[in-house]
Amino acid sequence: MSITNLLQNWSDFRQQHPSDERPHQEYKWAMSIDLDLCTGCNACSVACYAENNLPAVGKEKFSHGHSHHWLRIERYWHNEDREYADQGAQFLPMMCQQCEAAPCETVCPVGATNHTADGLNSQVYNRCVGSRYCNANCPYKARYFNWYDYPTTADVWPAPMEQQLNPDVTVRGKGVMEKCTFCVQRLTVAKSNARTEGRSVHDGEVQTACQQACPTGAISFGNLIDPESRVAKQWEKQQVKLNHDKQAKDAVHDGDKLRGYRILENLRTYPSVMYLEQLREGAI
Amino acid sequence: MGKDIREDIAWAQINKDVLKSLENPKKLYWVILLIAIAMVGVAVGCEIYQYQTGMGVSNKSNSHVWSLYIATFIFWIGMSHSGTLLSAILHLMHADWRKPIYRFAEAMTTFSLMTAGLFVLVHLGRLWMVYYVMPYPNERWVWPNFQSPLVWDMFAIATYLSSSVIFLYVGMIPDLAICRDNIHAGWRKKLYTVLSLGWEGTDRQWRNFRITYLTIACFLIPLAVSVHSIVASDFAMSNMPGWHVTSFPPYFVAGALYSGCAAIITLFVILRYVFKFEEYMTLPIMRKLVRLTFAIAMVWTYLNLIEFSSVWYGHDQTAKDQLIFKATGPYAPYFWAMIFFGSILPLLLAFKRFQTHLPLLFVVSIFLNVGMWLERWMIIGPSFAHGHYPWTWDHDQWPSLVQWGIVFGSFGWFTLLFMVFCKVFPSVSMYEVKEMVYHRTLALKNKPAVKGEH
Repeated sequence: MSITNLLQNWSDFRQQHPSDERPHQEYKWAMSIDLDLCTGCNACSVACYAENNLPAVGKEKFSHGHSHHWLRIERYWHNEDREYADQGAQFLPMMCQQCEAAPCETVCPVGATNHTADGLNSQVYNRCVGSRYCNANCPYKARYFNWYDYPTTADVWPAPMEQQLNPDVTVRGKGVMEKCTFCVQRLTVAKSNARTEGRSVHDGEVQTACQQACPTGAISFGNLIDPESRVAKQWEKQQVKLNHDKQAKDAVHDGDKLRGYRILENLRTYPSVMYLEQLREGAI
Repeated sequence: MGKDIREDIAWAQINKDVLKSLENPKKLYWVILLIAIAMVGVAVGCEIYQYQTGMGVSNKSNSHVWSLYIATFIFWIGMSHSGTLLSAILHLMHADWRKPIYRFAEAMTTFSLMTAGLFVLVHLGRLWMVYYVMPYPNERWVWPNFQSPLVWDMFAIATYLSSSVIFLYVGMIPDLAICRDNIHAGWRKKLYTVLSLGWEGTDRQWRNFRITYLTIACFLIPLAVSVHSIVASDFAMSNMPGWHVTSFPPYFVAGALYSGCAAIITLFVILRYVFKFEEYMTLPIMRKLVRLTFAIAMVWTYLNLIEFSSVWYGHDQTAKDQLIFKATGPYAPYFWAMIFFGSILPLLLAFKRFQTHLPLLFVVSIFLNVGMWLERWMIIGPSFAHGHYPWTWDHDQWPSLVQWGIVFGSFGWFTLLFMVFCKVFPSVSMYEVKEMVYHRTLALKNKPAVKGEH
């Protein structure tokens, strides 16, 4: 626990800023979500519950704002009355945006949330003391707190649902913060396999649970550094740059209107999730 | 204006009057103490329930992750600033009138800091891991995150608490010696003997004492300003609309001095009544205190206006929406109550005839503090209700009784500490009152009665 060690850790901690001269080495996990394809079916959310051992808190706790959906489907209406107009509601799947300059990381008093070399925003449950400053500073409020000790609460995983808990993912006790990890357990396995075989992870080799479950293929996930990956191509096509705080959205490029954007970009959080604006009129 | 203190009080009389406050307590004292203990009991019960069940029982939510605990934490931290103002800043400025009242103001500093510290603990989701915030040697080479304002908070509060305890104690040494010499039985004699560090009042001791006291006073002033600035950084450093304001640190410091001065007025009235300190806590001193409070109230109002106007004329639409939400949404009654208690009510203090009207001042000072508490609640509550992301807006959330119970109990805890202090330690500084009396006699001697004082 030397001072050199402290300074080294500390400078490493912030090295992954997108405008920094030191780019990501091998992987930069990113996502793109095509809102034109999203039907709001919630399959992604359900898959996330199953994959990441999320507690089903029940109606009462949900109504108190203790919901635990790492991935939530938000509904937006065109009018104030929330009537189902001809075109219906619009949907937006929202999860942790894995910001490159994440507001949550800098404020955690104990450094429980950090940036990984792959550009993920990691959360160390064992280190978390539950000050909830990260959530206070998260503009997307995509972080969820364990308000109760769910593993010991009845009916969170009623039998036989406890049988489907994912052994690769820990269950979290009360008092810690958690959030979407981009299914880091899958990424770890894929990277480990690739390393054993002396290669990089192929595009499509690893899927997040939400991506896998999406019936319309609205969610793409992959390595942004690999120019051949689906995600990198989509970002390229939409001219969305990781280190910009404003994209060329709505400009016309090759006869197509660009529709890629990231949410609350003006706050300079540099999120890793690109959304493609919904153009179609109908609900389905 | 009358004189701050009579010049013909005998020094032995001062000792006698103050030491009387340490004698066997009256019935009223026990009643206050029991009420305080009962209030603490409520808070302890709530905390045990929350600790066992989980933070969810406080009815916070994923939109409102902070609530009353943090608001009340800022309130108590703020309360602690007046002690330092009175004892350190006014000491350096040679404002003699502070002398009879600074001791209890300083005790207030220490105890409100101890109360504030508890709120940090109560707020944590995993209280049992709180030591992770401290940099301590460990085999994993893990440090706290020095970028986080919460870590600065931890350092600032720990430093301020320890320094103000030392300041309180050092300033009390000559008085503890008086207690040692006058109380002859029981555990208290032993306590005073140990604590007075063999004080005999020799020249050398006085010289060293003066230098030490002055040094700590100088050390404490920047510390007091920095503590509340750092608490303000918890908010100003974040990107929450309504918090991301550069003027927050001075605004917080002004609010802190404000609520602290109001609390001194409240306690002034109580102590004057309970311990019969009419000779020492005189009306002219109260008048000066009230004027000081009025000035600080206006500074606070000014900084409040700066904050509003910088948001209003700024380019940040979200912050502006938030300000409008505060003033017109479900929090509007509290917002306007804050403006009324914080900025309108203190205008009463400008009138001479109210400046020494003790019953009125007692009530007003309590309402000023209600206003200051509301100010802190207006920083926390509405900000979380109406943040950057409309999907997560939650305008209806309200803290549960568990939270209110703990906030309620914190006032009992503060009263408990304060009442015990007043019985064990002299709450009026005897040696400084003597100095004051002496200076006054000197002044009268040097200025033969030409322009009649009376």
